[in-house]
Amino acid sequence: MDNLKDLTTKATKIRINLIKMIKTAKTGHTGGALSSVDILVSLFYRIMKIDANKPDWAERDRFLLSKGHSVEGYLCILADLGFFPESELATFSAYKSRLIGHPTRKVPGIEMNTGALGHGLSVGVGMAIAAKKLGQQHRVFTLMGDGEQAEGSIWEAAMAAGHYKLGNLVAIVDRNYLQISGNTEKVMSIDPLADKYESFGWNTLDVAGNNISELCSTLESIDYSGEKPTVLIAKTTKGKGVSFMENNAKWHHGVPKDDEYATALAELNSFLNA
Amino acid sequence: MPNNKPCRKVFTETILELAKIHPEIMVLATDSRGSVTLNEFAETLPEQFIEIGIAEQNMVGVAAGLACGGLKPFACAPACFISARSFEQVKVDLAYSNTNVKLIGISGGVSYGALGTSHHSLQDIAMMRATAGMTVVLPCDNIQTKQLTEALVDYEGPVYVRMGRGAVEDVYSSPVPFKIGKANLLTDGDDLTIIATGETVIIAQKAAAELKAANISVRVIDMHTLKPLDEEIILKAAEETGHIITIEEHYAKGGLGGAVAELLAVNNPTPMRILGIADEQTVTGDSAEVFQHYGLTVANLCQNAREMLA
Repeated sequence: MDNLKDLTTKATKIRINLIKMIKTAKTGHTGGALSSVDILVSLFYRIMKIDANKPDWAERDRFLLSKGHSVEGYLCILADLGFFPESELATFSAYKSRLIGHPTRKVPGIEMNTGALGHGLSVGVGMAIAAKKLGQQHRVFTLMGDGEQAEGSIWEAAMAAGHYKLGNLVAIVDRNYLQISGNTEKVMSIDPLADKYESFGWNTLDVAGNNISELCSTLESIDYSGEKPTVLIAKTTKGKGVSFMENNAKWHHGVPKDDEYATALAELNSFLNA
Repeated sequence: MPNNKPCRKVFTETILELAKIHPEIMVLATDSRGSVTLNEFAETLPEQFIEIGIAEQNMVGVAAGLACGGLKPFACAPACFISARSFEQVKVDLAYSNTNVKLIGISGGVSYGALGTSHHSLQDIAMMRATAGMTVVLPCDNIQTKQLTEALVDYEGPVYVRMGRGAVEDVYSSPVPFKIGKANLLTDGDDLTIIATGETVIIAQKAAAELKAANISVRVIDMHTLKPLDEEIILKAAEETGHIITIEEHYAKGGLGGAVAELLAVNNPTPMRILGIADEQTVTGDSAEVFQHYGLTVANLCQNAREMLA
């Protein structure tokens, strides 16, 4: 999908779908899912080489959702792309459904079971080393949360990625400044985040993480055959797209009541009609 | 035992030869190439060796990523660290995700006896066998370590292997068929069965010989694989000998004895004794001294057998 306006429309549709899915399931991490939608849309509809008809294609780009709780947008996108039937989204979190509250490899298109924080970057380092070792050109993208940056294992992985000069590895931090207990800088300050990665041998790029145009041009500017891994500090708004959910930690994990649900869908639909 | 080696050395020699013909084999270490004895591997096959530094969590996650890429990673570190420090990566990135990663825990149990509890791994079997999707194997001597290493190359899925630090006596004089998940009957007998694993198998074998001289007929089972457990051989032994003693270099709760007791309690309650390390802050000393302190000895095994049959 090349047209940026189409991508923005797609992101709104994904937001509508994920809220419907959360409402049906009566559970979900609404805020973080909404904040990361534009990042996922940029990757899955524009940047990454993937093929829903060949989920195990050796040359596909790899994606790891290290912040596994933001699974809702990810599932809606995989369904929209045809990795599994869209009707299955109605089974989210249901008894024995493969669509659970975190990514699992039972779902076509998902590379790794995640959910515990601080794991995705290490796995990404392994995938990136494997690609280099096997002479493969594909790239590895890992999406992490900002609260997740407090996990020590991330910095073990960051050190290794710099040491092994993994230019084919890109980390994206969904920098919405909110974690479940409140502002990240009050819970456990992680700034200056870019400086930290830079000192570990990374390229660092600041990007407006809810701006698909900027996300795409930034991701397209990266030298994936270079000698440094890249981190995008993607400034986002938690709950993006629904006014009363934006910047409100209460919506980290929360299901809209009927009136809230109607308001949320009306707001999102108004973007489609604008 | 003039020519005997530590099992870790047999592992590294074997994996080096295998890696030369299997380019997909990758060996990872956490600043542990000396303790694992991987220097020769790192120098001979640098493209198949990944140094991770002192970061066990990252090593296990990286190994999972390598396995996703189609490689066959063997992640090596002291058992105390690889089992405990990286346990969530083992649970999520290996067992839950079913990635083809082999964890090689060296200097396990009380190999580092004098270094204290931080360096002992006496709960590793309990943790690993309680994790759905893991396979757990403890080789007993040089011959079996070689067989196990060869078997691991074609064994799909995550495996935790634990071996000790020092040179070990031979249990086997020549290779007998080895299969992960299939225990070996070392000595047949009718009066009592001793089930051992890893480097306590030799103790069981010596005790059986001593008891035989006293006309006590002891069956000895080498339970190299703790998970999946060879239930058939245990149930048969319980049925035919009526008395079971287990012996292991692990806390007496949660390991081999626990696994056998869980099986027998439900299927055929059988008088049992479980010899292992007491649930306390472990005494320190060299590993022979720690074994002696907790009764992981031929003499104590024989005494327990006599008491059970009295």
